[in-house]
Amino acid sequence: MLQNILPGGGVSLMFSNLRTMWLVFLHLFRKKETIQYPEEKIKLHPRWRGRIVLTKDPDGGERCVGCYLCAAACPVDCIALQATEDENGRRYPEFFRINFSRCIFCGYCEEACPTYAIQLIPDFEMGEYNRQNLVFEKEDLLINSEGKYPGYNFYKVAGMEAGVKAKGKGDNEELPVDVKSLLP
Amino acid sequence: MPTIYIDNKPYEVKAGKNLLEASLGLGFDLPYFCWHPAMGSVGACRQCAVKVFKDEQDSSGRLVMSCMESVKDGLRMSITDSTAKAFREQVIEWLMTNHPHDCPVCDEGGNCHLQDMTVMTGHDYRRFEFKKRTYTNQYLGPLIHHEMNRCIQCYRCVRFYRDYVGGDDLDVFGAHNHVYFGREQDGILQSPFSGNLAEVCPTGVFTDKTLKKHYTRKWDLTTSPSICQHCSLGCNIIAGERYGQLRCIVNRYNSNVNGYFICDKGRYGYEFVNSVNRITEPLIRTRPVEAVDEATAMGHLKSLVTSAPVIGIGSPRASMESNFALMQLVGKDNFYQGISDDTAYLERRIVELLQTGAVNSVALKEIEAADAVLVLGEDIWNTAPVMALAVRQAVMKTAAAQAAQQTSLPAWHDAAIKEFVQNEKGFLANITVIASPIDAIAAFSEHEAPDNIARLGFAIAHLLNAAVPPVPGLTEREAATAKNIAGALQQAKRPVVISGTSCYNEGIIKAAFNISLSLNRPERKAGIAYVFPECNSMGLAMMKAPPFETAMQRVKTENNCTAVILENDLYRYMPEGKADDFISHCGNLIVLDVLHNRTTAQAQVLIPAASFAEADGTLVNNEGRAQHFYQVYMPANDRIKESWKWLGNIKNMKATITNGLQHHPDEWLAALETTLPQFTNIAKVTPSHNFRINGQPVPREPHRYSGRTAILANISVSEPRPLQDDDSPLTYTMEGYPGLPPASMTPYFWAPGWNSGQAVNKYQAEPGGELQEQDQQVCLFPGKEQENFHFFKDSPEAFAARQDKYLLLPQYQLFGSGELSIYSTAIEELVPQACIILSAKDAADLGVVNGAPVTIEKNELHYTLPLKIHDELCSGIILAPVGYRGIPALPWGAWVKIMV
Amino acid sequence: MSVMQHIWIVLGVLFVLLNIAAGLIWVERRLLALWQDRLGPNRAGPLGLFIVLADTLKLFFKEDWIPPFADKWIFITAPAIVVGSVLLSFVIIPFAPGIVVADLNIGLLFFLAMSSLGVYSIVLGGWASNNKYALLGALRGASQMIAYEVFMGLSLMGVVMLTGSFKMGAIVEAQKDMWFIVTQPVGFFVFFIAGIAETHRLPFDIPEAESELIAGYHAEYSGMKFGMFFIGEYLGITLISAMMVALFFGGWLGPAFLPPLAWFALKTFFFIGVFILLRASLPRPRYDQLIEYGWKILLPVVLANLMITGAIALWVRGE
Repeated sequence: MLQNILPGGGVSLMFSNLRTMWLVFLHLFRKKETIQYPEEKIKLHPRWRGRIVLTKDPDGGERCVGCYLCAAACPVDCIALQATEDENGRRYPEFFRINFSRCIFCGYCEEACPTYAIQLIPDFEMGEYNRQNLVFEKEDLLINSEGKYPGYNFYKVAGMEAGVKAKGKGDNEELPVDVKSLLP
Repeated sequence: MPTIYIDNKPYEVKAGKNLLEASLGLGFDLPYFCWHPAMGSVGACRQCAVKVFKDEQDSSGRLVMSCMESVKDGLRMSITDSTAKAFREQVIEWLMTNHPHDCPVCDEGGNCHLQDMTVMTGHDYRRFEFKKRTYTNQYLGPLIHHEMNRCIQCYRCVRFYRDYVGGDDLDVFGAHNHVYFGREQDGILQSPFSGNLAEVCPTGVFTDKTLKKHYTRKWDLTTSPSICQHCSLGCNIIAGERYGQLRCIVNRYNSNVNGYFICDKGRYGYEFVNSVNRITEPLIRTRPVEAVDEATAMGHLKSLVTSAPVIGIGSPRASMESNFALMQLVGKDNFYQGISDDTAYLERRIVELLQTGAVNSVALKEIEAADAVLVLGEDIWNTAPVMALAVRQAVMKTAAAQAAQQTSLPAWHDAAIKEFVQNEKGFLANITVIASPIDAIAAFSEHEAPDNIARLGFAIAHLLNAAVPPVPGLTEREAATAKNIAGALQQAKRPVVISGTSCYNEGIIKAAFNISLSLNRPERKAGIAYVFPECNSMGLAMMKAPPFETAMQRVKTENNCTAVILENDLYRYMPEGKADDFISHCGNLIVLDVLHNRTTAQAQVLIPAASFAEADGTLVNNEGRAQHFYQVYMPANDRIKESWKWLGNIKNMKATITNGLQHHPDEWLAALETTLPQFTNIAKVTPSHNFRINGQPVPREPHRYSGRTAILANISVSEPRPLQDDDSPLTYTMEGYPGLPPASMTPYFWAPGWNSGQAVNKYQAEPGGELQEQDQQVCLFPGKEQENFHFFKDSPEAFAARQDKYLLLPQYQLFGSGELSIYSTAIEELVPQACIILSAKDAADLGVVNGAPVTIEKNELHYTLPLKIHDELCSGIILAPVGYRGIPALPWGAWVKIMV
Repeated sequence: MSVMQHIWIVLGVLFVLLNIAAGLIWVERRLLALWQDRLGPNRAGPLGLFIVLADTLKLFFKEDWIPPFADKWIFITAPAIVVGSVLLSFVIIPFAPGIVVADLNIGLLFFLAMSSLGVYSIVLGGWASNNKYALLGALRGASQMIAYEVFMGLSLMGVVMLTGSFKMGAIVEAQKDMWFIVTQPVGFFVFFIAGIAETHRLPFDIPEAESELIAGYHAEYSGMKFGMFFIGEYLGITLISAMMVALFFGGWLGPAFLPPLAWFALKTFFFIGVFILLRASLPRPRYDQLIEYGWKILLPVVLANLMITGAIALWVRGE
């Protein structure tokens, strides 16, 4: 009957319970896992998906070319931008707005970005008392760093000329063809 | 109908098609580049390979290009065959070896046929390790951006530019893998259809340069079906908006009107909508603070329209709804046309002629199918460019059709037909005042004075039907020309006569009617097309309101009249003095308009009207076809409203009853039908504003529309409710009916796997055919089956040059004569210099040379412009630019003096 | 004892008890945290003690919501019953010689009577809430109380037999030589288990069972009305701990280096700690298991204990 009520046997179960209590009690003397935030900071993985930034090329230009892929990839539609271009034909965002009160930090924008411009960094300390302050404009997003992908410059590998390299001078490019030549 | 087997399933298809057309028409996804439904096949890109099998037992089959193989009964083919699939994937891979890595900065991205086809074939990894070929780009003018690296050598651009529209300044240069598509040297593309290159090019070599300045991806545009506002043809367009600005115009396929292509004025003339010159607030000019809110404006308007007698001045560029709303507000007897009396008279004549039903008013599609075309006195290249394009197709296709009959060549086999046809052309006679680029393909091109053109027309009509009296005193040369033209028209099966109002000559209109009527026989359906000056000139003319002169008399006799002027700059149509006179006699002047102009500057009350992109409305094109355009986006503020909404609100405020009032476009059209019976059926142009498909509205935004929660976040982080459109079945969201909407309500062409505009083939019943959900087409001039029509018998006297006086005629310019399109910076750059044109003989007599200042003088009016000598102009005529900004209306058709 | 003195004792006991009950908020959260390798509330005030203040303030300022579908007056009365009945039980607890509100002759019976009254609070609260979860919680609470009430009383009869009195002071005095835990281990064991069930603390918090019944009988309660249930529960823990000390662990008795009151307090806090350790370590049994365990095991055990104790007591007295 006892087995029916107390699986595993009544007496052994009671001792098991007492043993459990003892073992739990011993935890009193263990090291505590609590991190005393904010005095003590947590160490986050470099790929941790936190605050979104816009990075710069090695030459200091904006990496973002305003292709709108991040905005299209965003499942909560919290990215809006307008592309424009400078006198060399180099594209950059005229404005770039992320509504962090909607952002779910899924990282799809980073995955969609063909120029490594938009990156999620290990920073989550973005609390605000006023929701309006969670709307970040380009000035708030742009950082003076190459972020996780040092050395990459989209215009070096893209075919077009935008003041970074002349036609045919990019990586893996031949010099422009001479249309008048009939040589093979 | 032959049956073909695709992957062992039988399908019935139309004879005379190629396998690619047939497969696409059946809904299969088959990649292609060089083939275009309007241009036929050349088999250049090797992309549409399929397997064709000899018979049921044949398991190996052979690879063929589906665009080069005719449909045959019992033919067996496979699209999914692994060899064919591998072949197609390899073709893409070869094309991509040199394609640059720049989709993110390419304006075609997301709207790119090459992207779609690459994904469709499955090529996803670059194995080619060697360097990419590069090209330098060219400056091609303010309309088209050139990025030659992206080229995949499909030859579509040159086939379109040289063969289809007849341009000669874009060509292919170089050899082997160095071929280059561009101009001989940097420079502006000369064809007024060059903008279509952006849609014809399957990738991003040619892109829209005005869109580039405020670039937005296709998926981010809020788009609506709209109608071009820049000429009387009423081409169908899709207008796209983002961030409260009109961003671009693309062609909206309509098999009966504009097909696949529109002109550059239509494509690039949209920027006036974003102009700083827009009227954005109601102004009451008598107050210290002029800008007022809506309630104040309405209160003021109410007191104005109830106190004094009110007259309304209609507009040839306002929608039917707006014109009718004004007519309802002021009363039928107080509504006048706001155009010059001469134009109003000519237009009224044309409306009466077309309403007899004796002649067939033809659509552009029928002009394209014509086998003989006679242009009488209208410079269609400048006043109706897409009609000129249709005429060109008529000329080229007639020869092609004859060739196809003589040989076994299928009609789609473009290269072979071209080779066979050589320089054979269909019949075109271009009889105009001034030379035109279509002269190049014309069998006859004569440049005459308007009266002589009319006489030639009468002479042709006489030769075709003896009921028309002979024209006395024809020269031998004229008689010979008339005989030749009459002979060619007589032989044609589908002849079309084109004329218009731009010569200010009634004789030409009558002559064109005579010719068309005499050609119209039971065995032969002849067509006629009259070109009108503005987008709704026909609609306004059909209202048959009294001309402006009557309004003038009215304000002079009844002092203190309140005049309501609807979207009309009087100074564009009336000589300065006349317009000034009118305005000074009005007690109060209320003006509704989109842009500030000389008339609005003098208004006491100025009301901001919505532009076509912010409005719903209906236009009647030159053919009598009513077409509805839908709002693309909500105006910047709620004071900017459609004119019919403003006028309707004022009218409703006056009304003592509340039921039976009109609030929505469909209600206005229904009221128009009952009030003016000549507009019967016009309400069928759009469904009711609460029309839904399966309970769902039609979404204006594609399902990938982005930024919904961020666009307005800088203003307030709480998202507002989506905008509500009460006036149409379209909605300002991504949600709505996912299937094909009725053709006239198609806001964008998109199909799974087909992101570019080429997705239109998924909307068509067959490639190049009608749209699948084609709704009712409303033509207001139904033909009648009755006999006793009368010919005009009063041919005018021969033109005789006068001593010291010249006949002043308008010279239309595609870029420059438009009132609104000129506000586009790109078009402004292309406007030719304003000049006065004289014949070489007259210039020599006057002793002036090219560029010398010449002054036109008429009744104290002086106007000076530089001279341009034109060899083919006949003596005794002077041409001056019409509609240019800063150049007032001149007394067209009058005899003027010249001071050198 | 003068009346004044009596009033001071009553007020003192009331003050200390309410403070202990409130302070247990902090004690429980800290201890639970420590046993789970955390730190627990340590921000507000020294050692995080002000969390008590913060929690109390929070409870006071929360919206005092009475659902429109509830039976208003019963809904309001229910939480007061639990606090009232538990506080009344403290009347008979001898904290130290002379520090007792009323050392009744029938002290133990009074305690049993009062603790039985507590069930009304659960049943009425759950019923008045007019909510299916609350009603289920109330039903469970009622049957659990009825079951465990029986052998709670029976388990104490051994002590009464050995002392020969229901008077609490006498019971404590009777342990001068030996604590009853030595002579009545089974009685203690059953009383302890029954005490957990009576206070419906974990692992026997079956009437609340937030993971099954979304807080059971007090699901609809908020603000200070919920606070009363909350306080009632902590007072219950203190009461059962104090009873265990007085009945089995010699009450205030202890070596002379500490005053009697301190001994009593120390022993009581030890048992409060055991209650919290139970919560930290044991999972909740199923409802049917709990009832079955009570009737099928504890009842026979406690009856056997009663029989054996009676026999031994007779045999020792040599009658």
